[in-house]
Amino acid sequence: MNRSFHKSQTLRFYDCSAVEVKSKFGAEFRRFSLDRQKPGKFEDFYQLVVHTHHIANTEVTIGYADVHGDLLPINNDDNFCKAVSSANPLLRVFIQKREEAEHGGGLATGSLSRRKKALALREEGPRRRAHLHIGLPHDFRPVSSIIDVDILPETHRRVRLYRHGCQKPLGFYIRDGVSVRVAPQGLEKVPGIFISRMVPGGLAESTGLLAVDDEVLEVNGIEVAGKTLDQVTDMMIANSHNLIVTVKPANQRNNVLRGGRAASGSSGRSSDSAASSRHSLQAPAPPGLPAAAADDMESDEEPDVVLEGDLEPRAAPRLPPPGGGGGGGLTRLNGSGPASGLHGGGAQSRESSLHSLHRLISSLRSDPRHSLALPPGGVEEHGPAVTL
Amino acid sequence: MRRFLRSGHDPARERLKRDLFQFNKTVEHGFPHQPSALGYSPALRILAIGTRSGAVKLYGAPGVEFMGLHRENNAVVQIHFLPGQCQLVTLLDDNSLHLWSLKAKGGVSELQEDESFTLRGPPGAAPSATQITVVLPHSSSKTLYLGTESGSVFAVQVPGFRPLEDRTISSDAVLQRLPEEARQRRVFEMVEALQEHPRDPNQVLIGYSRGLIVIWDLRGSRVLCHFLCSQQLDSVCWQRDGRLIVSCHSDGSYCQWPVNPDTQQGEPLRSCVPYGPFPCKAITKIFWLTTKQGLPFTIFQGGMPRASYGDRHCISVVHDGQQTAFDFTSRVIDFTVLREADPAAAFDDPSALVVLAEEELVVLDLRTAGWPPVQPPYLASLHCSAITCSHHVSNIPLKLWERIIAAGSWQNTHFSAMEWPVDGGTSLAPTPPQRDLLLTGHEDGTVRFWDASGVCLRLLYKLSTVPVFLTDSDPGEHLHAQGEDEWPPLRKVGSFDPYSDDPRLGIQKIFLCKYSGYLAVAGTAGQVLVLELNDEEAEHAVEQAEADLLQDQEGYRWKGHERLCARPGPVRFEPGFQPFVLVQCQPPAVVTSLALHSEWRLVAFGTSHGFGLFDHQQRRQVFVKCTLHPSDQLALEGPLSRVKSLKKSLRQSFRRMRRSRVSKRRPAGSPGEVPGRSGRAERTGLQNMELAPVQRKIEARTAEDSFTGFVRTLYFADTYLRDSSRHCPSLWAGTNGGTVYAFALHVPPAERRTDEPVRAEQVKEIQLMHRAPVVGILVLDGHSVPLPEPLEVAHDLSKSPDMQGSHQLLVVSEEQFKVFTLPKVSARLKLKLTALEGSRVRRVSVAHFGSCRAEDYGEHHLAVLTNLGDIQVVSLPLLRPQVRYSCIRREDVSGIASCVFTKHGQGFYLISPSEFERFSLSTKWLVEPRCLVDSAETKHHNRPRNGSGPEKALGRARNSGSQSDGEEKRPDPVMAHALLSDERVLKEIQSTLEGDRGSYGDWRSQQVAMRYGLSKGEAK
Repeated sequence: MNRSFHKSQTLRFYDCSAVEVKSKFGAEFRRFSLDRQKPGKFEDFYQLVVHTHHIANTEVTIGYADVHGDLLPINNDDNFCKAVSSANPLLRVFIQKREEAEHGGGLATGSLSRRKKALALREEGPRRRAHLHIGLPHDFRPVSSIIDVDILPETHRRVRLYRHGCQKPLGFYIRDGVSVRVAPQGLEKVPGIFISRMVPGGLAESTGLLAVDDEVLEVNGIEVAGKTLDQVTDMMIANSHNLIVTVKPANQRNNVLRGGRAASGSSGRSSDSAASSRHSLQAPAPPGLPAAAADDMESDEEPDVVLEGDLEPRAAPRLPPPGGGGGGGLTRLNGSGPASGLHGGGAQSRESSLHSLHRLISSLRSDPRHSLALPPGGVEEHGPAVTL
Repeated sequence: MRRFLRSGHDPARERLKRDLFQFNKTVEHGFPHQPSALGYSPALRILAIGTRSGAVKLYGAPGVEFMGLHRENNAVVQIHFLPGQCQLVTLLDDNSLHLWSLKAKGGVSELQEDESFTLRGPPGAAPSATQITVVLPHSSSKTLYLGTESGSVFAVQVPGFRPLEDRTISSDAVLQRLPEEARQRRVFEMVEALQEHPRDPNQVLIGYSRGLIVIWDLRGSRVLCHFLCSQQLDSVCWQRDGRLIVSCHSDGSYCQWPVNPDTQQGEPLRSCVPYGPFPCKAITKIFWLTTKQGLPFTIFQGGMPRASYGDRHCISVVHDGQQTAFDFTSRVIDFTVLREADPAAAFDDPSALVVLAEEELVVLDLRTAGWPPVQPPYLASLHCSAITCSHHVSNIPLKLWERIIAAGSWQNTHFSAMEWPVDGGTSLAPTPPQRDLLLTGHEDGTVRFWDASGVCLRLLYKLSTVPVFLTDSDPGEHLHAQGEDEWPPLRKVGSFDPYSDDPRLGIQKIFLCKYSGYLAVAGTAGQVLVLELNDEEAEHAVEQAEADLLQDQEGYRWKGHERLCARPGPVRFEPGFQPFVLVQCQPPAVVTSLALHSEWRLVAFGTSHGFGLFDHQQRRQVFVKCTLHPSDQLALEGPLSRVKSLKKSLRQSFRRMRRSRVSKRRPAGSPGEVPGRSGRAERTGLQNMELAPVQRKIEARTAEDSFTGFVRTLYFADTYLRDSSRHCPSLWAGTNGGTVYAFALHVPPAERRTDEPVRAEQVKEIQLMHRAPVVGILVLDGHSVPLPEPLEVAHDLSKSPDMQGSHQLLVVSEEQFKVFTLPKVSARLKLKLTALEGSRVRRVSVAHFGSCRAEDYGEHHLAVLTNLGDIQVVSLPLLRPQVRYSCIRREDVSGIASCVFTKHGQGFYLISPSEFERFSLSTKWLVEPRCLVDSAETKHHNRPRNGSGPEKALGRARNSGSQSDGEEKRPDPVMAHALLSDERVLKEIQSTLEGDRGSYGDWRSQQVAMRYGLSKGEAK
């Protein structure tokens, strides 16, 4: 609709050597600029940030959103330089009080929460388990998210379903089917696995991210090509506590877009097979894919429950930390019906999980048709950025 | 995937893995499934069996076995050995002939297919013209005569399968040479019989199905004699001296015809219907065998009175006024008679009758009065009653072994004392390094003990649990008793009996302690028997106890079968394993797990409702634990609920079939879209897929799922359960719902064992979050070595476990392997299988893998069979996948379900109801046939004896100059020499075997090292 408009907008930013910085602390924004070629030292930047936000007395951690929409820390000269040079065109900086960052509060959800540990926005050791806040929930519990948008072909979608403590059934069925692939000698029919049915009110349906006749390509990073229906069923059930399904949606109209290219509505592009092969190369360990962290005992699933001593089943001290992903989120989201599903989807993965959002913003696309697919909460929060 | 790559990096480990693991399918034990043909070579003394799936199996002396498989998957119809050669010809049902030969390679004979051939008629001829009905390998070993449906007899040269057209005996040629009065076209039709004159290789007998028999002179191309029967001809036998012909017919009669070229006979010398006068079934094959005593043996198949015994599978033996109709429980495929092999001998003197029935091989001793059966050392009918479970025990102590054999010998008194008559070839396999037992449980409530140490799977002893229970009927022994004055004189032979009195008797779990001789056996109706080996016959009452596994769970009603009624009062038990305790689970659901600890005298058992522990010393129940989830109603419906689901699935498949029929009419795709055959195959495959929209529900398991309480595994261990300072006996149980229960046991010391009760207390309950069925539990000691079996240490057969370091608990679920610390159960390591590969663990067992290069080096690992039929080795204690082999087809569900591993990296699984395939994962422990059939010897010594008789020697100039008359007249020294040299060769072989192969392992390692060196040499 107003595509020509963004293009000119984008161009406007390319030709200046200054990097526009938008720094956010809590609900407050500050804007300033840096020299793209000579950003300076991290210490100076830190002082500048603290100064502009008037929080000189507080210990803070600084992070920025990279091109993939991932939240990365700025805590030394190198990653500061990298942040500035990779700003495209806007550098979005997030500031957090250090204590908050340690509790894994506001910012992190979705695939970021997994990386949080490794990248350590917080500088202290592993989070202390005993430190459990009881009180009003800080956040909602995620039920699903779209992840790894940056590394997947646009025709594919990687959906993560969270089942921690959720009473809802996963709620879908799969079947054998025939998939059409682009091969060197033309179109080729190969057997594939498809979603055959959604259980009304189930987790899969409520997310709105999976649909009947979507082709299943991967389960937790393992390609399903060449596997039987029973094998794929077993794999999905074995991963049901943290199921990540990569699908090729039957309806390609709602694909997440990036790089300013709009997916032409009806079908996958001809680049499909090429893209998928590129992707399959990365298949063993795509970055950010939890299956890669399979060795990690604690992070990817709840530990087993051990009852000791007497026969009375009492809650053991080693009960899993509730709502692992959300960081202290205890509340169950009991939304029902498709509307609240959409709503809930937005609320739980408030910002960083929807990388697409960052990208949308950074590329200054405000096509309402696409933003419809976005959670309203997300749009609201980034309202100012969109109007920029 | 990454795990495999990562673990594959270390080259030293890779080398070691090559020394430890190697996959081979080595032997097929048991009786071939669906046999279709029998062959026997009197010269080689080797038996051949062909099957409907195109396999050829050769058996000689125990240990001498060969197997070949036709490329075509067609049934083998006939097998013929070429006289005196190590070669055989098979005829398949696609009318193709195949030549196989036994060739010695590296001191070991191998069976291989040399060539194949399909008879082609003249262009335009009907296919029946070349449809082969009979094959006659001529004694010259150069020609095959092939009788066909058209009535022509073709000659083909072997080897090479070159048709010799000038030697074809067409029915027209025969007709022209018949005397005027016998010239009727209708007497021809297909060739039913083709036989060479026993003494004159120039004469062959041709029998046509309409009743004409001619004796044809091969050189003169003329009819020497002809006989015209009034009945359809089925088979012909030529008396040893060639002076008499016996023909058998479709009306159940046989006729004797004297052979005299000068006087033409119009009528048979004697005609007889053995089971007349009422209409009888055809006699399909007959043997007429002469004896020194004068009275011949007549052995024939069929001929029973049509109305009353037409459904019996009988072979009758008539000799010296005695007549017995041996009644087989399955269809008779073919039979042969073992007799004097030397054609020069004046009489047949039959020694044994070999009958191949559909389900078993029966050999009857014809030299002993009463014609008792001979116990075969191989080809055992594993499935005499369907196999329901199996259990393998390695390295049986000699004492127990001898006692089991002694108990078995009591049961084998009805067998003949005759040596096994089929004894061709020499087995070169080293004597098995240890004594292994394979126990199979059967549907009829019996447990069979098989000697599984070597190539021959031999039945040692059969245990029946039936006498403990009251069953509907006593076995119908009286049926045989009243057979005295009955006609026909039927006698049941063979052991195949697929009918079970009561399916509840079926054996489901077996556990044998090889040190104490205690055996626990559990069955379909919740019965658990503890047995003790007793060398004497005994009569005692079996103590009974009931284990109420539901305890105080209210509101359940068991809808399955009832419990078996135990026989009250004392029962007489024959020597062997005698039951002394019967624990009856309530509800009487099938026992799903069983463990026996002979040192503590405890037996643990589990069903779909819970598990219990029984003290068989004090005959007292220690505790029971209900594992049933309150909402699980299905578990109570019992096996009857299967009927419902069967009905449902039948209905579904009918619907699917109907749907598929409808959609088949729809034209499939535009032609030419996918070129080539593969494209078409693929398209049909895809189409089938479209037609079968099977869908699978994706749902996480919950506690409310059905059968979560099903107890899958029970395990006794002496370990640190409560704290790290004191270890104690413990019982572990794993359920279908991913729960592991651990009970600490207090077993009183030996001196107070009989008075003080055994106490148990639940100490731990572990719920695996993924809730997959627990299929294995194992405790590793401080050195990460699996704990030894009970009494193993006491018998100095194992190092005592390390009790210093901390123990670890390994829990194997269908989806993951997980190691926990003990006593505080915290997860240390895991290996996910299903999440990464989509395969599930079906069977897991600890095995010790010895290195083939270093005598004393070995490692303990897990041998794992998945639902895809793959076998993997997973290392202990680090849970690294080591190797993976595909072993069983994933569709072969019963094969996968039947798999059992041994403690030394071998295993067995059923490839058919009657056959175990033995496989080996180890380089060191490999039981496979290695045998030699000496063709050179048979060529030199047997061929002249065999191929030609004295008449031939007289009638024709012998062109082989080396065999002078003198030798011919004095065959004994020659034979003695042959035997002697044979023996010497044997001894030499044996001494070399024993000499430089100090032990079996040593020998194997040498073999492998040699192979290894060779391959390296080639690489250089």
